[in-house]
Amino acid sequence: MKASIKYIFFIAFVIVAHSCINNTEEPMFTDSFDRSEMLEFWANDIIIPGYTDYVSKLAELDEAATDFYGDSSDLSLSTLRETWLDAYKVWQAVSLFEIGKAEEIGLRNFTNIYPANIDLITENINSGASNLDLPSNFVSQGFPALDYMLYGSGSNDAVIAYLLQEEVKNYTQALITRLRDLSSSVLEDWMTGYKDEFISNNGSSGTASTDKMVNDFLFHYERFLRAAKVGIPAGVFSGNTEAELVEGRYSQIYSKELFESGFTAVQAFFNGQSYDGQKQGSSLKQYLDKIHLDNSTDLDYSESIIAQWDSAERALEDINNNFGAQVIEDNSKMLALYDELQKAVVLLKVDMLQALNIQVDFVDADGD
Amino acid sequence: MQAQISTYLNTDTKAAPLAVFRILFGLLMVISLIRFWYNGWIEKLYLLPHFHFHYLGFSWVTVPGKWTYLLFAVCGLFALLIMVGLKYRIAVIGFFLSFTYIELMDKTTYLNHYYLVSLLAFLLIFLPAHRHFSVDAYRDKSINREYIPKWQIDALKLMTAIVYIYAGLAKLNYDWLVEALPLSIWLRDKTAIPIIGTLMDESWLHYLFSWGGAVYDMSIVFFLLWSRTRIMAFIAVLCFHLMTKLLFPIGMFPYIMIIATLVFFSSAFHSRLLNFIAGLMKLPYTDFCNGLTYKPTQLYKKVTLGILSIFFMIQLLFPLRSYLYTGNSFWTEQGYRFSWRVMLMEKTGYANFKVVDSVSGKRFYVQNEDFLSAFQQKQMSTQPDFIIEYAHYLGDHFKSQGHENLQIFVESYASLNGRRSQAYIDPEVDLLSIENTLKPKSFILPLNEN
Repeated sequence: MKASIKYIFFIAFVIVAHSCINNTEEPMFTDSFDRSEMLEFWANDIIIPGYTDYVSKLAELDEAATDFYGDSSDLSLSTLRETWLDAYKVWQAVSLFEIGKAEEIGLRNFTNIYPANIDLITENINSGASNLDLPSNFVSQGFPALDYMLYGSGSNDAVIAYLLQEEVKNYTQALITRLRDLSSSVLEDWMTGYKDEFISNNGSSGTASTDKMVNDFLFHYERFLRAAKVGIPAGVFSGNTEAELVEGRYSQIYSKELFESGFTAVQAFFNGQSYDGQKQGSSLKQYLDKIHLDNSTDLDYSESIIAQWDSAERALEDINNNFGAQVIEDNSKMLALYDELQKAVVLLKVDMLQALNIQVDFVDADGD
Repeated sequence: MQAQISTYLNTDTKAAPLAVFRILFGLLMVISLIRFWYNGWIEKLYLLPHFHFHYLGFSWVTVPGKWTYLLFAVCGLFALLIMVGLKYRIAVIGFFLSFTYIELMDKTTYLNHYYLVSLLAFLLIFLPAHRHFSVDAYRDKSINREYIPKWQIDALKLMTAIVYIYAGLAKLNYDWLVEALPLSIWLRDKTAIPIIGTLMDESWLHYLFSWGGAVYDMSIVFFLLWSRTRIMAFIAVLCFHLMTKLLFPIGMFPYIMIIATLVFFSSAFHSRLLNFIAGLMKLPYTDFCNGLTYKPTQLYKKVTLGILSIFFMIQLLFPLRSYLYTGNSFWTEQGYRFSWRVMLMEKTGYANFKVVDSVSGKRFYVQNEDFLSAFQQKQMSTQPDFIIEYAHYLGDHFKSQGHENLQIFVESYASLNGRRSQAYIDPEVDLLSIENTLKPKSFILPLNEN
């Protein structure tokens, strides 16, 4: 019996040692579907090129602003607006990667929360010194605030006159600088270490990169694409159409284009298309297809998801470039687009998550 | 028969196994509660959500705000007292009440092993676990007993047996045995596990684990009862539970089952163990071995046996209630909880609530994240009673905002064990017209096998 007590203590030791081991990093993942390969492709071919482009587009925006303030004219205003739109569209493609540094600093909140609050913007302009780090200032900065400043005053002459006021000039430049600083810090973080961390966290727990990224992806799709760009203006959550809540409210004509940029990026991410469009890589689609093949069932999830998004693309075709005008003229078309986007949510959040065994959020509570 | 029962009830055994169980149970509970607090779950699971899901009949149990921390602290203190055996009766009653209260605050966090903890704590109220090797018995030698009635230890074994056997019987279903589901879904991406990881996406392994798990659950108690197979059975217990611990995020459950199975070991084994622990504390264990036997008074014995008989009768019948309902109980979840259905299914859902003014026809959809935590959304979307309760909460909320003629419908989809997602709750039913009861929930659409 003495021996068996020793035995029990040995077992107890093993249990303790085992739980200690369990707390360390997840070991390498070597499934026949290689999550590392997918993470690598995401990082190297989608995320980092996306942020690189975004950072350079913001530099162009900054340059156009400098040019405009050096020589203000219809032409330099138009260049400024174009570079703003270009950067805004690239933002749509990186908005879904709210992970790592972007998540830490709340990049999306400081970049694209709309509608912008005009009173707050005016107050900030007049006071000259406002702390843009504050959450209360989400709605007075980023692209929506620039949208107001570049378009909100009406005619070109009026906009130019507005922008040339000293305080407005300072604020415009402050907003652009802030976008540049935020985006550079995220890109830099990816380049200096976070990429390796992201790729090596290749396990299958709730905190592994794949699980987190998929959750971020779905959150972005549901909330910032489906709801913010389409559902909310169409009154899905309030019962009343709210044209004034569209993205790009003051420029008016870009709401569809901005949506398309975001939607294209979502599909490219799912399909594993590189940022430059030149390469196909490991993706959620491939992952689903692999499981489909292994289980030799007729549950072809990726095909259903792609078909559903194709329906959404078709619903988008006969919608006005100005979502705001569309909502007022014929909201049923916006609602139809919303429905198609919504149907994909079920396929993504129910079928895909189950097939890939990804937990629906990062709840780390126990199960049994 | 009468005589045999009487003889059995008068058979005594060493109190050591019960004392060991008390110590380990208290210790595990202290660790569990500290772990829960340390992980930030008190805030995340109880304080942050605006709304909590209630068990039928327990809607009066509410989260006491910041006092929840005190509740956990008190519960942990009681667990500590149980472990050392100080003020035992107060401690074990206090632990049972505080722990159960915590569990009743929100059924989102329901786990079978929390339920088991409540049941074991309830049992311990009636067992004299403090009469041997405890601070109580050390301070007042007159209450110390070396022997106790055998049935008092057997009660713990019976509880363990019920858990295992019902868990095993629940595995005897088509998905588990024929399809190796949901284990194949869970295991196939677990290839990162050392040594055996490479096997994790092999389908024969999924079947081995499924069938092995079912056989283990149904038979382990018998192998533990028989002294000749006990050591082997206990090794199996360790392997099984540590394997589940390694593969799945199941918290303290494996450890609870491991200490519960220790009770099956001989009293000689437990005496040695206590002797060893006493040695570490430089206490003469022999002080606790005074040869006395705990003899409960006739009245106390009758009352206790009566309560435990009713308790076990309920334990035997309650898990079977799902058979009173038609339909696949994994899909409808009627009678699913409190039935030792452990790790039996993978279910994912999505529920989109539509609020309608029945007179004007005006309608809008609800963004669930405005009202529920991610964890609550996940649990709500696959369980009909959650969906009903949430719909009523939404109804009250929108009524208070001035909405009239309210109707609430849900467009919901769920996927069970790898099947394609399908409509879950009847989208035509106004959820405000339904109350949560134990009656069959006819608004659950039938599971369509595909």
